[in-house]
Amino acid sequence: MRKFFRELGQAFARPFTKDFWVSGWNKFRLGFKALFTKAFWRAFLLKPATGNLIASIVAILGGLLLGFIIMLITRPSAAFRGLGMLFGGWLAAPTAGLKGIGNWIYYSGPLMLCGLAVGFAFKTGLFNIGATGQFTVGMLAALIVGITCPFLGPFHWFFAILAGALAGALWGFFPGFFKAYFNVNEVITCIMFNYIGMYLVNWILLANDPLLYSITNNNRSVTVAASAFTPTLGLRTIFPGSAVDIGFLVAILMAILMHIILNKTTFGYELKACGFNRNASKYGGINEKRGMMMSLIIAGALAGLGGALFILASGAYNSGTHYEAANVLLGTGFKGISVALLGMSNPLGIILSTFFITFIQQAGLFMTALRYKVEIIDIIIATIIYFSALVLFVRIIVQQLATKRTLPGGPKAKRLWRLFGVRQGPTTAAETPEPTENSEKEGKP
Amino acid sequence: MSWVDILYNVIRESMWFAIPLLIIALGGMFSEKSGVVNIALEGIMIIGGFCSIYFIKIMQAPGGPNLNPHLLLLIAGVIAVGAGMLFSALLAFSAINLKANQTIGGTALNLMAAPLVIFIARSINEESSSIQFNKGVFFIEKVPLLGDIPIIGDIFFQKVHIMVYVGILILVAATIVINKTRFGMRLSACGEHPQAADSVGVNVYKMRWSGVLISGALAGLGGLVYTIASSVSFNGDVAGYGFLALAVMIFGQWKPTRILLAALFFGLTKAFSIKYTIIPGLASLPLQHFFNMLPYILTMVALVLTSRKSRAPKAEGIPYDAGQR
Repeated sequence: MRKFFRELGQAFARPFTKDFWVSGWNKFRLGFKALFTKAFWRAFLLKPATGNLIASIVAILGGLLLGFIIMLITRPSAAFRGLGMLFGGWLAAPTAGLKGIGNWIYYSGPLMLCGLAVGFAFKTGLFNIGATGQFTVGMLAALIVGITCPFLGPFHWFFAILAGALAGALWGFFPGFFKAYFNVNEVITCIMFNYIGMYLVNWILLANDPLLYSITNNNRSVTVAASAFTPTLGLRTIFPGSAVDIGFLVAILMAILMHIILNKTTFGYELKACGFNRNASKYGGINEKRGMMMSLIIAGALAGLGGALFILASGAYNSGTHYEAANVLLGTGFKGISVALLGMSNPLGIILSTFFITFIQQAGLFMTALRYKVEIIDIIIATIIYFSALVLFVRIIVQQLATKRTLPGGPKAKRLWRLFGVRQGPTTAAETPEPTENSEKEGKP
Repeated sequence: MSWVDILYNVIRESMWFAIPLLIIALGGMFSEKSGVVNIALEGIMIIGGFCSIYFIKIMQAPGGPNLNPHLLLLIAGVIAVGAGMLFSALLAFSAINLKANQTIGGTALNLMAAPLVIFIARSINEESSSIQFNKGVFFIEKVPLLGDIPIIGDIFFQKVHIMVYVGILILVAATIVINKTRFGMRLSACGEHPQAADSVGVNVYKMRWSGVLISGALAGLGGLVYTIASSVSFNGDVAGYGFLALAVMIFGQWKPTRILLAALFFGLTKAFSIKYTIIPGLASLPLQHFFNMLPYILTMVALVLTSRKSRAPKAEGIPYDAGQR
């Protein structure tokens, strides 16, 4: 524990040392020179991260293309204007303006945390499909603290989101525990606990009708005390009329924290090792059971935090502030899966992918003016995810381009066809799947 | 109501839940036996349910052809099978040919299915995304002769729809195919050790494709059966049944007969959570939400008790790579 915090402190203190800036400048200088060499670009293309990035961009373009085709089929006359909306045309719409931008930023906060909850677990080899349940439970805890504890004064909102994170962590603990000690597949547990959490939350809310919930007043949860609303830091004077608050800052901070934990601390290294190979990490002296549980607990806490920010934002008329106890799972947790997959489970990538996905979702709201149904956005996002699942395929093409072993359409294009199973031959190292893709093997009960 | 009536009522109700679960879980089994994790069952159900229910709606519209309702249901079943296979081909292509991560590909299809059908439904019909149909005609009040048999007749041959028998047929067929035929053996081999299967001349790609397509067919049909049993309209949602079927499949240890028992167990708890109000003594308790949670809690308990010695197909979730030893 002490070691973990020391490493964390070191990582955070790095930007304040002279060495960081000197070596950073040197790296930048050398890197700039390298931009003009062929070897650099070849090495750059061979990097898995580059392949991932290119795959993401290809996937996004593919999804947008499909959306455009659907628009052409359903209502050709407005298709080009619809595509323009997707590329940012909605910012110019008279009803959008600064308010639209503010809401775009607001929606990104809870969604980014859900994305982190999925992505962090995915980095450690676990598929956390239970972000929805963790989100809902965290929301309930924040709601209870937000309504019943106004005596906490100026720190009220802080304790409310803390309660949300703790409740989410509890809901993440169960899949981790059952996976570690009973070998139950975490996907199944997460799904079961999504439903258990949803029904539990509805039960608690409806059983406390006047206090937490009001059937008579629009059938939704009671508004939290004013001191429990998250601070807005004056952002609403910049974006008047929007629901923007500190949620997105909290989310970005968490993304950076997760990045540091995963890449700069021994603890994060151990978690990732458990994901790569459970048995090997056990052999290497890592407590792999604790690792799996910790990973899902942290993931749950992130999703619970998202739920707390969702309910504690004041004036979020469409989504947030209030919760309606219908027997339906909330969609934010599932959208978190999209966000995480598009961001390649990289915490910093998730920041970008969240802003992208909420951006086109906002565009979808304005596309209803063109008489397109808003579901088209979800179709586009799902298509993007489907294409980004093909990352390995794109990466192989990129790598083969870099090593000039195969050029598309050339006489050696046969090699590509082999990937489609037309003919099998001995494979090269580049075609072996990444260990992460294999790690599901360990996860089956 | 007498106790016997209550018992029959609960058992019948549980069959309505268990039959779709059984069909879908068997579908999932075929896919996993071939080595492909089919997490997209939910999405395939939605697509299959949508296409077939929309077909039923068209046929039931005033002025439409006046088909025998049971024949109509069977044709709708064929359409659901076709739609499910078509949609599952997307999973097969990404997972088998392009060696994509099967969980991600399946999740993408799950995310895609619901908005797709809602989008189509709303594009056809401006005001509402839900598709209404006449459910009553599909129910057989009493099968002649067989319905008079005591106990069995009461449970299986009264107030049922024809898909119950289709489900039982599928169960029998699946048991025989998996355990007794060459195809079934080869399918299982591809899920256990595809390289070994390949070395004796089995085309792993073909086997996995057939596994996924069969699962798509069954899941699509399951979408129809679920909708017929549980609702009078289709809203692009199957309430997590695809995921529950996965749990049932694991609980059933990838074996058809055990999957039947698991599905019945789950169906019974689900039926109980809905029908508990007709049981004297329980109705007055303020436990409605608890009974809603009960099926999921009990499934969890069952999984915890059975998972330790569970045996999943060894190569499931791993893209086939001929060069790997």
